[in-house]
Amino acid sequence: MKLKNLLIAALRSLAKNKMRTFLTMLGIIIGVASVIAMLAIGQGSKQSIQAQISTLGTNVLMIWPQASSTGGVRMEAGTSQKMTLEDVAAISDRCPSVAFLTPQVRSSGQLVNGNLNWRTSVYGVYPNYFEIRNLKLMSGNLFTMNDDRSATKVCIIGQTVVTNLFGADADPVGSFIRINKIPFKIIGITEKKGQNAFGQDQDDMVIAPFSTVQKRMMAITHIQSMLASAISESRIPAASQEITDVLKAKHNLGPSEDPDFTIRTQTDIANTATATSGILTILLATIASISLLVGGIGIMNIMLVSVTERTREIGIRMSVGARGRDVLLQFLIEALLISLLGGFIGVSLGVLVSQLIAGILSWPVTITIQSILMSFIFSSAIGIFFGWYPARKAAGLNPIDALRYE
Amino acid sequence: MHRKCNGEAGEDAKMNHAIISIRALVKIYKMGDVEVHALRGVNTDIMKDDFTAILGKSGSGKSTFMNIVGCLDVPTRGQYLLDGVDVSSLTKDQLANLRNRKIGFVFQSFNLLSRTSALENVELPLMYNKKITSREMRDRSLNALEAVGLADRSHHFPNQLSGGEQQRVAIARSLVNDPVVILADEPTGNLDTRTSLEVMAIFQKLNQKGITIVIVTHETDIAAFTKKNITFRDGRIIRTLEVEKPRNAMEEAATMPVMIEEDEV
Repeated sequence: MKLKNLLIAALRSLAKNKMRTFLTMLGIIIGVASVIAMLAIGQGSKQSIQAQISTLGTNVLMIWPQASSTGGVRMEAGTSQKMTLEDVAAISDRCPSVAFLTPQVRSSGQLVNGNLNWRTSVYGVYPNYFEIRNLKLMSGNLFTMNDDRSATKVCIIGQTVVTNLFGADADPVGSFIRINKIPFKIIGITEKKGQNAFGQDQDDMVIAPFSTVQKRMMAITHIQSMLASAISESRIPAASQEITDVLKAKHNLGPSEDPDFTIRTQTDIANTATATSGILTILLATIASISLLVGGIGIMNIMLVSVTERTREIGIRMSVGARGRDVLLQFLIEALLISLLGGFIGVSLGVLVSQLIAGILSWPVTITIQSILMSFIFSSAIGIFFGWYPARKAAGLNPIDALRYE
Repeated sequence: MHRKCNGEAGEDAKMNHAIISIRALVKIYKMGDVEVHALRGVNTDIMKDDFTAILGKSGSGKSTFMNIVGCLDVPTRGQYLLDGVDVSSLTKDQLANLRNRKIGFVFQSFNLLSRTSALENVELPLMYNKKITSREMRDRSLNALEAVGLADRSHHFPNQLSGGEQQRVAIARSLVNDPVVILADEPTGNLDTRTSLEVMAIFQKLNQKGITIVIVTHETDIAAFTKKNITFRDGRIIRTLEVEKPRNAMEEAATMPVMIEEDEV
């Protein structure tokens, strides 16, 4: 039988039992729709986490010294004082994959403006910190390397600090505040960045030239950490390797020795953060697939009923020359049509539900082409898999018995 | 009216023209441990242009015989040549092809596909022949419907047709693939006397055009419209008769109280 005729015959027999066809399809529709919706929610939450991670900056690498240990007593990570500005210079010179590099020190400071005060972190960094972290100024200017060399008492403050010291919507550029009793001139205000992936307010901080914080506020000679950016996302691993090599050489460590520092890349952080949502997505999709499987069993059930019901029709077809494989194909195509049509409606419904969730619950949802394709392939596979047995049964009928069947 | 003739129906002379040639045909059904001998050595020839009736009580083996002749079943032993092809050794698919190309079936209960128009019912055998285009399929089906006088009913569904009309659609379906033989199993069994006459008239007309027809019936008056009667009993042919002067169904129908219009038949 020609494919066109087969399709027509299948469509016609499905149309004969519209309600039954619809109910059979419903299993697949619900299955596919829930797979699509679950994947959309999972993907959405993954992407929103990734978006938050990206507020860290672009292609960022963080370099910390290891924990110090004195006579076997180990201190917390980052307490080692072995990292110095010489390391910074060496990395800048010898690491081609590193685009920007800044040393970083962090101190806690009591900020005072008139009768208002506020406690927050004060970061001492090079001006290129703003490049690495994608920080932009809302008003005012950046400090320069000259400011760093002369340890100028200037600072750039975040929105939260502005609100707490000057009131909302104030523009205190040019004003002076005291940080730990040292007067600082405010030269810039950063754009609002919001919370990071871990719920930290990224606008609650003060940024000042590195030497100003290191020497004037903390009075130390080492650096607490470094922040670097790779020249491209694909060069992050290369940058990490180059930094490792340079620092090991600088710290007189052999290639086989453990490094006395830790490098974490933005990719690492993103992977950790998205792992949870990945597991959740798999879980949700698994549950949804089970309903798709149940839908498939529904197809098999109905096709079996259909074969029994249409035994006589099969007999007639065989008596006029239908071969076993013609009958097999006819029933298989019916099962496939149910599942594909169900799959199509299911995808549409799934997209609709995802949009509703996005709209009403304002959850982030992302529908990917892969998840739609996967649902289609999966549902047609289910149609063939569960349609096979009934179709096989129909094709194996003996024409004489089939014709006699009442 | 009947003339008894040789049991081994003119084997020698007409061998070359035999559409169906059957020798020592045996069919044994196994029902558990019990063997049922449905056919116990049947020999017969059915010639081109023959109009044969197979008679016999139920259980005489006539249905089994028809199933084997119709390539729906294979014999346990013996030889069956259909249009020169030895059917006994064919596979299921080859049998299906043979049914599709060389045989037309008419059943007692019409066996039309419900909710499918008369035309599409007639097209059904051609659907399983990939060599035929949709255009050809339509033309041939319309011609077949015209041959049974139902051209104007081609888009009616079986439930909109009378029993006689349904059987005529079934006959059109059996004609459409241009078979070497039409096999009809009790074609008038579900019809009243007048419609039976109509159907027999169609068969007679088709036979006159040169189509070989075999019908199974248990009614001797239906058999009287054919040219040759073969009687079965206990799985054997007990009698083969040439009908000397077959009755004319068209004329008899014309004398029935309700007239059938000339162009309808």
